[in-house]
Amino acid sequence: MPGLEDLYREIILDHYRTPRNRGELAPPASKAEGHNPLCGDEIQVYIDVADGVVRDIKIGGQGCSISQSSASMMSAAVKGKSIDDIRNLVRRFKHMMSIEEEGNDSPIDESQSLGDLEALQGVVKFPVRIKCAVLSWNTLLDALNNA
Amino acid sequence: MSFDVALIKKDFPLLQRVINNKPLVYLDSANTSQKPRQVIDAMSHFMETSYAPINRSAYQLAAESTDAFEHARGLCRTFINAPRTNEIIFTKNATEALNLVAHSWGGANLHRGDVVVLTQMEHHANIVPWHMLAASHGIELRWVPLTDDGQLDLTNLDSLLKGAKAFSFTAMSNVLGTITPVQQLCAAAHAAGAIAIVDGCQYVPHNVTDVVAWGADFLTFSSHKMCGPSGIGVLWGREELLNAMPPFLGGGNMIADVRLDGFTCAELPAKFEAGTPPITEVIGLGAAISYLTAIGMSNIRQHEKETVTYALSALNDRYGNDITIHGPSDPEVRGATLSFKFKDVHPHDLSQVLDQSNICVRAGHHCAKPLMRLLGANATARASFYLYNSLDDVDALVNALEGAGDLFSL
Ligand SMILES: Cc1ncc(COP(=O)(O)O)c(C=O)c1O
Repeated sequence: MPGLEDLYREIILDHYRTPRNRGELAPPASKAEGHNPLCGDEIQVYIDVADGVVRDIKIGGQGCSISQSSASMMSAAVKGKSIDDIRNLVRRFKHMMSIEEEGNDSPIDESQSLGDLEALQGVVKFPVRIKCAVLSWNTLLDALNNA
Repeated sequence: MSFDVALIKKDFPLLQRVINNKPLVYLDSANTSQKPRQVIDAMSHFMETSYAPINRSAYQLAAESTDAFEHARGLCRTFINAPRTNEIIFTKNATEALNLVAHSWGGANLHRGDVVVLTQMEHHANIVPWHMLAASHGIELRWVPLTDDGQLDLTNLDSLLKGAKAFSFTAMSNVLGTITPVQQLCAAAHAAGAIAIVDGCQYVPHNVTDVVAWGADFLTFSSHKMCGPSGIGVLWGREELLNAMPPFLGGGNMIADVRLDGFTCAELPAKFEAGTPPITEVIGLGAAISYLTAIGMSNIRQHEKETVTYALSALNDRYGNDITIHGPSDPEVRGATLSFKFKDVHPHDLSQVLDQSNICVRAGHHCAKPLMRLLGANATARASFYLYNSLDDVDALVNALEGAGDLFSL
């Protein structure tokens, strides 16, 4: 059985204790809300998009250490990036979580480093927690689609 | 008969499992219970010797199968002291049973502006069907509030019930463990001219149930929470009400006649049992009832009262202000289901830590989101005990919580 240390890496706990980009953005920022129906976790993602780039991002809501730290890392990773790069990153992250986009066989661009996000790799060994880790990412996709 | 939890535990093959050299501590029976050898064997034996269609064929095997099936219905009747065997309707689970009542009884008897009263501690299964009826029929829902210690606040019950057509409530909360005063609630419903629908999903597996003493009109429960298999649940209803209701699902078995221009319903209970039922599961439910009855429901209640009394003091003594246990502190009005908050640890993380010690607890909203909002939480951790849980299992939980907070301290 994988140990807790595989899951709760120090960097994850750091993002959990001191989450980055917490808060809200006023309209016209795009907002999306995500729920994990399993555990009741709720998350809000706010993004400011201009010229195809996510200029700012804020995260609201509550959840477990995995969903909160994943959201925090996600916000840090996508801020200032182009929508194309972000969509690729979402795919890559979900791929790391062993979730593939159905019907999309195109290669995933793995040229950029995942940085802190690598720390979430251990989540795959705890399949129940994958939903926690991807909640904010799916919510980000909704926010992008709303933008 | 004396109650020997060590002997009882031996009846449950799964509870003998050892993972990473540690025993399993199963504290999630409010979610679903484990199955004793007696139930597993009864189901295998039935499939090996007597499995055949019921109610349909003339050969001897089919007659045996039908007899065994109907015998289980009789066991259900005795278990809840229902007046008549044909009042026992087999459904998929309690959820389907509650939907049957809401859609069939409610659909026929409720009209725009009619009032149905629920409580704020209901499971989604006793909320959503009524919301659906609110959308389709324009009924109004009223809610019995809770006291600070998680009991029903009955101060304004009579005015809430005034003009109501139905009062649907749980006999025991799956989150707080609260046992509600069912008899009093049924009487209050009737005094207001409403029918009383009792969600017995959490109560029936753990206590002596007597629908006549309660004065209830409907009762619903699920086999999988009472040592039986999943896939089978029960609706009991007073014959007079069931007879007056339109059918719920249509198809085979529920008809007396089908013509090109319409159909005639079968008599009870077939009227509400469309299609091929889960035959082996009904046999399993019957075996579970026999198993529980042999041990004695009052013995089981007594054991769980002792367990929860011990757990409440062990957890509170050890952790003081670090732990908040929801629900009543008086074991007389609660079952052995404990939802709690531990320090600032999110329930998901807590259950992950406990899993390292093979302690299975539920983390989540327990399908009771309105209640969770009332508690001011998105989720809680919940430990629930059953007849096979010993005080050692309580100790295991208490000990495993030690240190769980350190990792996540903010
Ligand atoms: C109080 C209560 N009612 C209804 C249900 C629904 O039971 P089932 O999922 O077996 O249909 C549950 C199950 O958790 C419950 O605890």
